[in-house]
Amino acid sequence: MSATPLKRKMLPVEVSGASGTVATGPSPAHPAAAELSDRLARRTATEGRPYRRVSAPEWVISSIYAVLGMVLFVLAWGAIARMGGRIPDPAAVWKAAVVIFSDPFYSKGPNDQGIGWNVLSSLRRVALGFGAAAAVGIPLGFLIGRFSVISGMAAPIVAMLRPVSPLAWLPIGLLLFKAANPAAIWAIFICSLWPMIINTALGVRQVPQDYLNVARVLNLSEWKIFTKILLPSALPFMITGVRLSIGVAWLVIVAAEMLTGGVGIGFWVWDEWNNLKVEHIIIAIFTIGIVGLILEQTLVMVAKRFTYN
Amino acid sequence: MENYLDVQAVGMRFGSRKGEFVALDSIDLRVAKGEFVTLIGHSGCGKSTLLNIIAGLNRPTEGVVLLADREIDGPGPDRGVVFQNHSLLPWLTCYENVYLAVERVFGAKEPKSRLAERSHAALEMVGLAHAEQKRPGEISGGMKQRVGIARALSIEPKVLLLDEPFGALDALTRATLQDELMRIVASTEATVVMVTHDVDEAVLLSDRVVMMTNGPAARIGAILAIDLPRPRDRLAMVTNARYIHLRNCVMEFLYRRHAKVA
Ligand SMILES: Nc1ncnc2c1ncn2[C@@H]1O[C@H](COP(=O)(O)OP(=O)(O)OP(=O)(O)O)[C@@H](O)[C@H]1O
Ligand SMILES: [Mg+2]
Repeated sequence: MSATPLKRKMLPVEVSGASGTVATGPSPAHPAAAELSDRLARRTATEGRPYRRVSAPEWVISSIYAVLGMVLFVLAWGAIARMGGRIPDPAAVWKAAVVIFSDPFYSKGPNDQGIGWNVLSSLRRVALGFGAAAAVGIPLGFLIGRFSVISGMAAPIVAMLRPVSPLAWLPIGLLLFKAANPAAIWAIFICSLWPMIINTALGVRQVPQDYLNVARVLNLSEWKIFTKILLPSALPFMITGVRLSIGVAWLVIVAAEMLTGGVGIGFWVWDEWNNLKVEHIIIAIFTIGIVGLILEQTLVMVAKRFTYN
Repeated sequence: MENYLDVQAVGMRFGSRKGEFVALDSIDLRVAKGEFVTLIGHSGCGKSTLLNIIAGLNRPTEGVVLLADREIDGPGPDRGVVFQNHSLLPWLTCYENVYLAVERVFGAKEPKSRLAERSHAALEMVGLAHAEQKRPGEISGGMKQRVGIARALSIEPKVLLLDEPFGALDALTRATLQDELMRIVASTEATVVMVTHDVDEAVLLSDRVVMMTNGPAARIGAILAIDLPRPRDRLAMVTNARYIHLRNCVMEFLYRRHAKVA
């Protein structure tokens, strides 16, 4: 931490997404470094300026709040556990978690595998279903966004099917594929499809007329218009679509696996309920939440990378 | 080639909910090759509409526009357009923005190295060789406008169409770019039609100033020939009696004879 203080970054870091723009304040690499640079700044600023108390950097404050929230949450949980019933207390869950996560990738037959395998199988289903949805939904979204005829034909169908729970499609998947695993993937496909189509179409439709005028003035080919104007312009919207799709897919996979069985975090929850291991169910809830958070944050970062101005 | 660009009895009606709106009414305008013409008039009179018709972005509801004796029936790279708001693609660098245009026009018959040369040369002409690899979001408004001009010029258009290219700029930048435009036009001998709000800009740059009446159904009110010798020096113009007289003619037209009734 010798050279860092003078290079302290003053630019706000922007995290943008569909939920709005969150700007965090200056983020020094290290608290001690920050303090040193503040002292340096104060010394170099001339005597004329009055002494100003420097408050702690924003991220320190926000992490204190986050930890405080966690502590209260765990305390409340402990209190509820002590009131009786079957809810295990935090300590018991922690102990069980240490055991589970010390060997996440064991495999004792198809119905008894480590939590790592379960999470990975669920992620694999999400990836396959989502990938198929992207392969179908993005081109479809482009067509709907670019041609009003197609939009006119597709809009009512999308509007009608979108509110349907993807689980209602599960029997159709079983019928089509005659197996549980592809049926679960099918449910993911269906639920990921709508956000992909809708957001891609929206992205294509909002391409500024100015850019399209440039294309018209230059007489660009349809392919150039697509690669140089429509695609980059619609990309942030498409990434929003991807983000929403993955979010929904991660919600749906748990429910779908409860119904279809096999290896997967959703089935694991159900299995542990049958074994009456409530600690494990709580561990699964946290695991599902954290994996979902990581998926979301990764895509927010990707979205930031592709946002212009 | 007297009538290089020939606007014949052009009228433009827009259909709206409350019926038809007549924006332009029988506009006749002839522009010679190499001539610099500005369109001036109050806001909303139809200057952009006329320019867009010449660009081929809008089709006139009456009349025709001929370019070198051929009817204009759509936009095309024989007319370079500089848009009011630069319209650079923000995900491409300045160089790539220019290259996109160059590639479209010369890509079929020239090797890649020559295309790159052309793109570099266009940016150099507007003094932006150093900013080639920057994205539009990383350069100033004046620089963006210059890239827009470079893009329009890079395709060696027969006609350069500019819609208030300096409208959004501060007075200093505007003056610099006006001088630059005069220099570039003098060296390329381009035919130019430019829309402006600014009386000084019109008189300083043009061979003729086309003054439009207020809409609806705007027409050409008068055309003023600017017989000042070139090159014109903006500082010398301030005290030039002829310049002051011509300037007053335009002012007279805009603020007395066709004052905008708010
Ligand atoms: N697509 C359209 N539909 C209906 N009316 C239009 C359309 N485009 C322009 N108009 C109308 O035509 C008239 C001329 O518009 P235009 O944009 O050409 O004005 P302008 O002279 O360029 O104004 P400004 O100097 O403010 O840019 C305006 O009254 C405008 O409302
Ligand atoms: Mg205009």
